[in-house]
Amino acid sequence: MMLITCSHCGPRAQTEFTYERTVDSVVQPDADPAQAMEQLFTRANPRGLDDELWRHTFGCRAWLVMTRHRVTHQIEAIRAVGPEALP
Amino acid sequence: MTKYSALGLLRGVFNGQSHWQPAWRDPEPKANYDVVIIGGGGHGLATAYYLASVHGIRNVAVLEKGWIGGGNTGRNTTLVRSNYRQKPLHDFFEFGLKMWEHLSDELNYNVMFSPRGALMLGHSDADMTMLAQRGDAMRVDSIDAELLSRDQVAKLEPQLDMSRDARFPIEGGLIQRRGGTARHDAVAWGYARAADRLGVDIIQKCEVTGFVQQGDTVVGVETTRGRIGAGRTAICVAGHSGHVAAMAGLTLPVESQTLQALVTEGVKPMINGVIMSQSLHCYISQSDKGGIVMGGDPDNWPSYAQRGQPMVTEGAIAQAIALVPALSRLRMLRTWGGVTDMSFDGSPIIGTTPVPNLYLNGGWCYGGFKATPASGWTYAHTLATSTPHPLNAPFDLDRFRRGDTIDENGVGPMPNHR
Amino acid sequence: MSGPRRGDDCGSIRFTFDGKELLARPGDTLAAALLANGIGLVARSFKYHRPRGIMAAGVEEPNALVTVGTGGRSEPNTRATDVFVYDGMVARSQNRWPNLAFDVGSVLGLAAKTLPAGFYYKTFFGSAKRWMFYEWFIRRAAGLGDAPSEADPDRFSQRAAFCDVLVVGAGPAGLAAALAAAEAGESVILVEQDSLLTPSLVRDPQELGPAWAQATAVRIRALGGRILLRTTATGYWDDNLITLSERLAEPGEQPPNGTAQRLWHVRAKRVVLATGALERPLAFAHNDRPGVMLSHAVRTYVRRFGVVPGQRVVIATNNDDAYLTAIALRDAGAEVVAVLDTRPAPAGASSGFPVHNDTMPLATKGARHHLREVSARVDGKIVRWQADLLAMSGGFTPVVHLHMQAGGAALNWDEASQSFLPGAARQSVTSIGAAAAADPVGPTPSPENPGKAFIDFQNDVSLGDVDLAWAEGYRSVEHLKRYTTLGMATDQGKTSNMAALGRLAEKQGVAIPEAGLTTFRPPYTPVTMGLLAGRTERDAGAHLRRLALYEVHQAKVPIWQPLGYWKRPRAYPQGTETLAQAALREARGVRQAVGMTDVSTLAKFEVSGPHAAALLELICATTVAKLAVGRGRYTFMLREDGLVFDDGTVWRLGEDRYLLTSSTGGADRMATHISYVRQFLCPQFKVSAVNVQEHYAGIAVAGPQAKAVLAALIGDEPPRHMSTTSATIAGLPVIVLAASYSGERAFEIYVEASQAEPVWAACEAEVIAQGGCLYGMEAMEFLRIEKGHLVVGGEIDGRLTPHELALGGMLNKADGFVGAAGLTRPALTQPGRKQLVGLEALAGTIPEGAMLITAPGQPAEGHVTASGLRVLDGGSIALGQLNDGFARRGELLLASSTTRGQSARVRVVAPHFYDIGGERYRD
Repeated sequence: MMLITCSHCGPRAQTEFTYERTVDSVVQPDADPAQAMEQLFTRANPRGLDDELWRHTFGCRAWLVMTRHRVTHQIEAIRAVGPEALP
Repeated sequence: MTKYSALGLLRGVFNGQSHWQPAWRDPEPKANYDVVIIGGGGHGLATAYYLASVHGIRNVAVLEKGWIGGGNTGRNTTLVRSNYRQKPLHDFFEFGLKMWEHLSDELNYNVMFSPRGALMLGHSDADMTMLAQRGDAMRVDSIDAELLSRDQVAKLEPQLDMSRDARFPIEGGLIQRRGGTARHDAVAWGYARAADRLGVDIIQKCEVTGFVQQGDTVVGVETTRGRIGAGRTAICVAGHSGHVAAMAGLTLPVESQTLQALVTEGVKPMINGVIMSQSLHCYISQSDKGGIVMGGDPDNWPSYAQRGQPMVTEGAIAQAIALVPALSRLRMLRTWGGVTDMSFDGSPIIGTTPVPNLYLNGGWCYGGFKATPASGWTYAHTLATSTPHPLNAPFDLDRFRRGDTIDENGVGPMPNHR
Repeated sequence: MSGPRRGDDCGSIRFTFDGKELLARPGDTLAAALLANGIGLVARSFKYHRPRGIMAAGVEEPNALVTVGTGGRSEPNTRATDVFVYDGMVARSQNRWPNLAFDVGSVLGLAAKTLPAGFYYKTFFGSAKRWMFYEWFIRRAAGLGDAPSEADPDRFSQRAAFCDVLVVGAGPAGLAAALAAAEAGESVILVEQDSLLTPSLVRDPQELGPAWAQATAVRIRALGGRILLRTTATGYWDDNLITLSERLAEPGEQPPNGTAQRLWHVRAKRVVLATGALERPLAFAHNDRPGVMLSHAVRTYVRRFGVVPGQRVVIATNNDDAYLTAIALRDAGAEVVAVLDTRPAPAGASSGFPVHNDTMPLATKGARHHLREVSARVDGKIVRWQADLLAMSGGFTPVVHLHMQAGGAALNWDEASQSFLPGAARQSVTSIGAAAAADPVGPTPSPENPGKAFIDFQNDVSLGDVDLAWAEGYRSVEHLKRYTTLGMATDQGKTSNMAALGRLAEKQGVAIPEAGLTTFRPPYTPVTMGLLAGRTERDAGAHLRRLALYEVHQAKVPIWQPLGYWKRPRAYPQGTETLAQAALREARGVRQAVGMTDVSTLAKFEVSGPHAAALLELICATTVAKLAVGRGRYTFMLREDGLVFDDGTVWRLGEDRYLLTSSTGGADRMATHISYVRQFLCPQFKVSAVNVQEHYAGIAVAGPQAKAVLAALIGDEPPRHMSTTSATIAGLPVIVLAASYSGERAFEIYVEASQAEPVWAACEAEVIAQGGCLYGMEAMEFLRIEKGHLVVGGEIDGRLTPHELALGGMLNKADGFVGAAGLTRPALTQPGRKQLVGLEALAGTIPEGAMLITAPGQPAEGHVTASGLRVLDGGSIALGQLNDGFARRGELLLASSTTRGQSARVRVVAPHFYDIGGERYRD
C-alpha cells in the first residue's frame, strides 16, 4: 500500500485516495470527436512511468497528477491540479 | 507419447512410474513458423492446439517469456461459468462451457472440470429481479439457469448466513448448475501436451523483444532467443497486451491493473459450489485440496507488479465472512496478484489489428480463465481463416471507436468504475 | 513413544488431547506438553494419511497440526508448536477416521505407488459427472481439519501505527538493534512471534541470558519503544507498510476482554529483519516417522521445556550445530548412540560422541507409529541402531520472506551455508543476525530410496516425486511446485523449499541459484480470516447510512427497502395489508388526494458563482443557460462515451446559484464526475460545486390536493410546476421545488437535515387533513411507471443514447457538453439498437425483467425494465427496452420469464400511460 504525498495534506495512506484515470485519456470537451474517441479508448499503458490522475477522495478531495512507475510503484512526482494550482 | 490412464498408473507400480515421458518437448526455435503465438498461457496454448487439431496448421510456435501457465492462467480463482446477461458474452462463454464438459477426454489430461454449480446470491427483491432477468436472458439462448428460493439456497450451501437481519440478507439466488471450477494449471499443461503431440513447438524462456515488419506488415518477431519468422503473429499475453502491442506501434483500449486472490488452509468440505453475489463483490469456492479460494474487487489502479494492497483483500474477506460466518477462524494461507488487462467495456478483444498479419487476443479483465477453450477455438479460427468466428466477431478491436461496446455492467469506459 | 518424558513436575494446567485429560506446565507449547506426556503420534499427513509426530519447535512445523477449541472458536490446522497450552484447552487430532492410531485413510499409503505426484491428471476421464463422482471421495479425503460450523463469538480489532524503526524478531540481534535505535532517539516497535524474548538464549544459554533480555526490554520500553509478543510480521507491502498479527488469546482460548487478535498496519521509516533461520531436514527413507525431529527443536524441548523427547538418540547432521543437541541430550540423561555426519573426518572427531563420518541415515523403521531403528551405511556396511529419537540437521536457511516481499528480489547464494542470503532491497530494509548469515555446512547426499525420502512432509512430497516431475517435463521450479504440490501446504514450504531446489539443480546440472527460486508471497505464517476482516464483517464493510427521518418512519413500522447505502420505506402497511395492497392504496391516495414521501437520499449539488451555468452546461446534456431565475428543468447526463448514465433536475435558485439533483444510487459517481469536470477540465472557472446530498432532507408531496397542502404550509401561493421558491414551514427555512415524479402536481420540500422532523410533522398533519397518506417506494414506482418517468438502473442502464431513451429532443444543440463527442460514434445510430417502449398486457401480469420475444424459442429482442399497473383502472403495464422499439408500436410480443414460469402477451405502446398532455400539472 503506497504512501502518497498529497500536495495539500502531506503523506497519507493510499486507502485515502482513488485512482481516476491516466492523463493521456483526458478528453477536453471541445476536442474533435474522432480525436476524443481515440483519446478515450486507448492508453499508452506503459510498463514504466505514466502520468495518472488521482483524487484524495477520503481526505481533502483534491485532484493530483502523479508520475508513477507501474512496476515499482515508485512515485516520481506529484502535483496538485484545480483552481488553486493555476498560475 | 504415453497415453494417460488408470492402467498406466497401475503399470507404474512395477516400474516406479518410470515409463512417463515429458509432457512436452523442449525444442529449439525454428527460423520460421506459419503462426507464432506470443504468450504460453492457457489461451495461447489452446489457440495452438486448435490451429493444429482443427485447422491442420501444425507449423506453430508458442513463445513464452517464462514458464507456461505462469501468468494469469495460474493466478485465477478457477471459476467456469457462462451466466452473463449480455448475449454476445453468454453465447461465447456457453460455447466454452460446452467445451469444458469434454475437455479432459479431448486432451487426455484431467483438467478436473467440476460442475458443482455457480450460485449468484440475491439480497433484495431488486437483486432477485436482476437475477431473474439474467437467468431469463440465458434461458432464451438455451443456457441453463435456475432461480432459487431462500430455502433452496440454504439447503445448497448450509454454511451461508441466512439470518433476516444480516446487512445483506439472502433472499434467494440464481444458479447455473453446469458452472463450477477446474484445475487451472492442468488446463495449460493439458493443452501444451496435446499441442506438442501435434507438432507445435512450445518454447519457454523466450521473450519477444520486438516485431519484424516489412512496411507495416509483421513478418516475425525478435526474441531473446533470436529472430523468428512468422506468417501470422498472434498476441495472447493478457495483462501485458499493452506493451507488447506497443512494440508494433499499437495503443490498445486496455489498462493493466491488479486483481488479488487468496486461499485459506485446507479444511474438510464446507462450500459445495461457487458462491457469488449480486450486491457484494466476492466469490468463494473450495478447492479439491480443501482450501477456500476467494477473490473480491480488483485493486482499481494501474500496475504491472502482481502485487496489490492488503486492504483490498481485507475488504473481500469481510464480505466473505458476512456471507459465510464460519470462514472467520480459517486462516489465509497465501495471497497473490495477477496483472489483468482491463478493457474499456469489460469484454475481451479477439481479432485482427490495423497492423497486417498481427492479431490480438486480450482485454480479458478478470474473467479470462473460463474462456480458455472458446478463446483458443475462436482465435485459431480467426488466425487460420483471416476472418472472425461468429462468436468472436462482436469482440473486435474497432468496436470502441464505432460504439458497439458490449458492456455487461453498463458502466462505460473507465475500468476502475467497473 | 511411551510414558512421560518429564520429571515429577508434570505441571498444573489441564488440557485434553483427543479427549484424554493431560497436564502441562506454564509456558508449554502444546507440542511440548504432548511430548512431555509421552504422546508422539499427533497427526496424519495430507495425502497418504501417514502417521506423523512433532518435527519442529516453531512456526515451520509441517506435521503436528491439530484442531484447538470448540464451537465457533475452534481453529483447525493449528500447529501444536505454535500454540501455548491454557487451562481447559481442548485439542483434537484431525484428518483421521475413526482415530489417530487406526486411520482407515492410511490405506491410501498402501496405494501410494499408483498415486505418484500428479496422478489425478492422468486418470478419472469421462464426462464431467464421472469426475465429480471420484471428486466427491477425493474432496472428503483431502482437506485437513474441520471448519467450525458456527459464527465466531470473538472480536478482532485493527490498529494503525507509525515508527522510525520496526524490528522483526526479538532474538539477541533484534533486541540489540531495537535498543540501539531506541537509544538513538528513534521510535521503535519490536515484534516477536514467540511468547518470550530471545527464546534462542533459553535454548543455547550464553553470557547474555534471559536476565539481559529482560533488562534490555525494560530499557527499550523506558525509552518509549513498544514491544509486542505473540506478534508476527506477516506481510511487507509498498512503502514500508508491514502488517502484524498479534495474538491476544491463544487459538481456541476465550479472550479475556473479548478480542482474540489485533491486526496492525505499521508504516515504518525503516525495517530491521532479525527473523532468524530455519533448520532444514535431511532426506532419507522414512524420515517422516514420529521420533524423527529437527536438531534445534530437540534442543529447544530439552532446554526450554524440560522435555527429553527420546532416550536412545541418533544424531544426523551436516554441520557443527547438531553437536550442541548431542550435548544437551547427554546432559539431560539421554544416550547418544551415534552421530552420523555427512562430512568427512575429522568433523566431530573431538566431540566425544560415537561419530560416523561420510554418512547419513539410510532409513528408519518403526513400531506402533514411532521410531524404533535407524540404519546407515558405514564403511560400506549397513549398521542399525535401536533408537527412539533421531535428531537431524541439514543446515540453516535464513528467513528471507519479508525481505523478498519488500521488493528485495535479489538474494545472494552462499555456497558455504547452502542458503540464500538477503541482497539489495528497493525499500529501506536490512537483515541482521541469523537472517543475514548462516554457518557453513557439509554435503547433503542424495538418499538411496528417494521415493520415501520426504521433503514436503505435510503434502507427502518426496524426492522421488521431484524426480518424476522432472522426467515429465515440469522443470521450472514453479511447475515443480504446482505439479507435486510441494510448498503448497500450510507450512508454505518453510522446510522443503531448499531440498527441492537442490534436487532440481542436481537434475539440471546447474548450481542452485540457476535453478530458480519461488516467490515468497504474504503472509509469512497463515493469518486468521476474521482478523483480516476486522470489525467490519458484520456489515460486510458496507456501513448503512441512516435517514434523517429514520425514527419517524420506524415509528410507523414500514417495510424497508435497501437503496444504495440507505434503506428507505417501501410501503407503510396498515393492519394486515400486504406490500402490494399497501402500495396500491398509497398510490391511489396520491392519484386521488395527496401523498407524501421521504426523498432525502436524492443526490443534490449546489452550484454557484459566475460560471455556474457554464459548468452545468458541461455536465448536463440539456440546455441550462436559458433557465430563468426561479425555474427548473428535467435534465440528464452523459458519460464521455455519449451514453446516458444519470438524470435529475436542475433549478436556478438565484442569479448565479443552481441546485442539481440526480439519482440516489449514482450519487457518489456524480459527485466524482462533477468534481472532475470542475477541477480538471475547467479549473479556470469561477464556480463552486458543493455536494449537499445529506445536508438537506427532502419531502415530496404529490397529488391533486398537493397545492392546497403547500398553500397551507407556506401560507402563500405555491410555485407553479417546475418553479421554485424559498419559504418557511414550521418556522424553518425550506426550499420548495415544484417537481413531479408521479404525474401529479407535486412539490419537493428541502430542509436542513437536522431540522427535518418538525417540517415532516407539519406536512404530515396537513396531508392527513386533506385526506392523504404516506407513500413508500413501491407506490412511487407504480406512479412513475404509469407516467413514463425513467429510473437510473432500470431504463437508464448505461447502455443507451438520449435518442434511444426518447430524450433526444431535449439535447443541447450547442454541443460542448461531456459526451457530445461520444454521441457521434457511427454505431450508435445504426438500426437494431434498443429503444425505450411502453408495454401493456393483453391479460395477466407482465413479469419485471422478462425477455421480450416474438414467440417461444425465438431470440430476445428486449426486456422489461419495470413493471407496474394502471393505478386507478388496474391492468398490467410496463416499460422496456426493445430493438428498434420506436417503430414497433402496436406489435404484439411475449414477455417471458422462464426462470419464474411467468409470461404475458403484451402490446408495444408509447412509454407513458397517464395524463400524456400534462394537464394535471396545470393550476
